Amino acid sequence: MFPRPIEQTSSTTQTLYKIALPIALVIWLLPLIAVAMTSVRSAGDITAGNYWGWPTSFNFWANYSGIFEATPIGQYILNSFKVTIPTVIGAVALSCMTGFALAVYKFKGNLLIFFMFVAGNFVPFQILMVPVRDLTLDLGMYNTWYGLALFHIAFQAGFCTLFMRNFIRAMPFELIEAARVEGVSEIRIFWFVVLPLMKPAIAALSVLIFTFIWNDYFWATVLTQGAENQPITAGLYSLNGQWVAAWHLVSAGSIVAALPPVLMFFLMQRHFIAGLTLGAVK
Amino acid sequence: MTALPDTSATNKSWWKQNQQRLAPWLFLAPGIFMFAIYVIIPIFQSINISFYAWDGLGEAEWVGAENYVELMDDEAFYTSLKNNVLWLILYMLAIPAGLFVALFLNQTVRGIRIYKSLFFFPFVISQVVVGLVFAWFYDPTNGLMNIILGWFGAGPIAVLADEDYVTYGIIAAGLWPQTAYCMILYLTGLNAVDPEQIEAARLDNAKGAKLLWYVILPQLRPATFIAVVVTVIGALRSFDLISIMTDGGPWGSSRVLAFYMYEQAFSEYGFRMGYGAAIAVVLFLIMMVYIAGFLWKMYRDETGR
Repeated sequence: MFPRPIEQTSSTTQTLYKIALPIALVIWLLPLIAVAMTSVRSAGDITAGNYWGWPTSFNFWANYSGIFEATPIGQYILNSFKVTIPTVIGAVALSCMTGFALAVYKFKGNLLIFFMFVAGNFVPFQILMVPVRDLTLDLGMYNTWYGLALFHIAFQAGFCTLFMRNFIRAMPFELIEAARVEGVSEIRIFWFVVLPLMKPAIAALSVLIFTFIWNDYFWATVLTQGAENQPITAGLYSLNGQWVAAWHLVSAGSIVAALPPVLMFFLMQRHFIAGLTLGAVK
Repeated sequence: MTALPDTSATNKSWWKQNQQRLAPWLFLAPGIFMFAIYVIIPIFQSINISFYAWDGLGEAEWVGAENYVELMDDEAFYTSLKNNVLWLILYMLAIPAGLFVALFLNQTVRGIRIYKSLFFFPFVISQVVVGLVFAWFYDPTNGLMNIILGWFGAGPIAVLADEDYVTYGIIAAGLWPQTAYCMILYLTGLNAVDPEQIEAARLDNAKGAKLLWYVILPQLRPATFIAVVVTVIGALRSFDLISIMTDGGPWGSSRVLAFYMYEQAFSEYGFRMGYGAAIAVVLFLIMMVYIAGFLWKMYRDETGR
């Protein structure tokens, strides 16, 4: 193991390390800690400039219920779920099939199609912006959750295909061969042989895509407008405009917006990291 | 594919004989269809639009390379390009920083797993939130940064209102989640480092920086590669933070190509889709250099196997 395990060092080093850990963590998360603290302050504290001292009162409930009552933040959150959940299902479903096709079959153009997905996944969003906005307008889906979700499904198919294809590639091919010898049809091989083995990849991809889409801001501003349909990231931007210097409300709103992906991460941590680090080790 | 060992193959239905040949295309069809409509075709459409003057509503007018000629004389374009280069270079700091944090955390003391996840935290939250958090951190009157500077008798500096500092301030905000991302890549990589090689190197009296450089880093190459790829893409995609923290200001000094394009295409300056598309094409070409490199490496990995 590198660096040398701390247990093998002198006891002073060990103590120092154990002291350094929490200090480093607090410094690292200082901006977030500050936000969490501010989100429970009173408006009086904010106007008095008491940002960093002890709060004069704890207004946890007042601030958090306040933003839900006074602003459409609840609607924004709902919109985010309406976009994110179908995207996760759609992108994972599409890429299970494309990944399977590209990993299992040898045919002309296989690598070319695979590279098309990979390259497309890396293009800057701006080169897609104008045509995709037009297309969405033409389809009558501008400013709807499904218009946004459809685009996300298509775009995420690139990354998801890369992920799924490499995952299936690492599976034992003999299983498929054996099933073919038995005369099992290709669709049944996909459904009964391969798909059950893909569960960990599906879980990893689902949490990753959930986070990516939840946190998307660019496409939310391009394809939606107004509180009716905008997801929370875009909503937070416009709320920030209304809450000039009302930092206790901005902070509470930020925390509400961050909560779903954070919960997702902590609940599915193992899958999340497995997904993110695919390819980091050979 | 008809060459099945089964002699009764001729009696089988056409589908049964050909399914192995057709199956991949059936599985690929929905994915390719969606990807073509929303990603591949729009790239070409954008390139096409970049040769027109178009407000997004009326008739588009063919102007040839005029948009590109205009770009060459556009000071805002050069500011954006310069900032993009700054982003590309400084964002790379996330890689050594991530490695450093990963080395610090690669221990097995009690509770270390919770520490690792908490260090990873900034990556999970939206860039919109990161932007808001840092905008406030830099706030000249009450921001934490200026309070700390005040202790040393310096400041206050209005980072986000100062043309000279603004881009650096935003990049610093971006480095926070990006470092977390690189950290997690390296933690995974460090997990897979061959312990025998480390022991052997230690027996040869290698330690510290030398051990890291000659033994550990070569084994971390896959992690470094992914870290470079995601950091380059992150740098060139930088849009959210700029939009949230400064909206390109002050006086457009924190724009990058991605942001300038958006601004030109739809904002109060009017809808200049053609000009915006031309900016996007330039950004796309810069990105293409990296994409081509990435594909080339993948191609070698795939065929070399």
